[in-house]
Amino acid sequence: MADTRRPLSPHLQIYKWQVQMVTSILHRATGIALAVGTLLVVWALLSIASGEAAFDQFKVCMGSPLGIVLLVGWSWALFYHLCNGIRHLLQDTGMGFAIPQFVRSSWLSVIVSLVLVIVVWACVLTTGGAA
Amino acid sequence: MSANAKELRNPLKRARGLGSAQSGMSHWWTQRVTAAALVVLALWFVITVLSLLHADYATARAAVAKPWNALLLILFVVTMFWHAVLGLQVVIEDYVHTRWKEIVLRVAIKFLAVLGALAGVLAVLRIALGA
Repeated sequence: MADTRRPLSPHLQIYKWQVQMVTSILHRATGIALAVGTLLVVWALLSIASGEAAFDQFKVCMGSPLGIVLLVGWSWALFYHLCNGIRHLLQDTGMGFAIPQFVRSSWLSVIVSLVLVIVVWACVLTTGGAA
Repeated sequence: MSANAKELRNPLKRARGLGSAQSGMSHWWTQRVTAAALVVLALWFVITVLSLLHADYATARAAVAKPWNALLLILFVVTMFWHAVLGLQVVIEDYVHTRWKEIVLRVAIKFLAVLGALAGVLAVLRIALGA
């Protein structure tokens, strides 16, 4: 029988949640979401290339409730992956690995991404509703 | 030289090919370089889209057709898909442990990304060259 007294690594569901692991998981999740979101960019470009009717259809889809939910989600994913990506690029140079710095920069990515998404959607709303 | 006198092969011969997967360093660097490029390109893209929020078809088309915008859009589309392929590859390698599924997924994603990137680039060229 295996010796169960050795320390076992807890799996996610019983792990104490910390911001460092949340930022790591979110970086992957938003990366996957953005990979799907690339299709939106291509759709927009194709619709402009193929003519006014296609472009109007694109605008109607994006202006629908589902479209707006997706756009808000994608814009946050973009800003989060951008902020946290810059954080990772700086960490690649060896910066910010002390635990307090690491925790602080984690929170910074989350908070700055939320601020940016609010600023962008405030811009959208103040210029007259979503299009 | 060797404890086993029957071993006639050079130790280097046995060591070769058993180390890293050879292309890991280039993958790592390309992921970072495309990330750094995307920091600039994604910010430019968001600002450009915001400036076109309620644009009609002719304005949107004219904006894409501007030489600098067309150039940066093509760069953005290509870099975006490239970075997505590199990122998704890592995710698949981490979570898909059946070899054939891993290969099929990675090849399928590469096909889709090339298709998406070419479709996006071709759309920009059609708009920019007025075809």
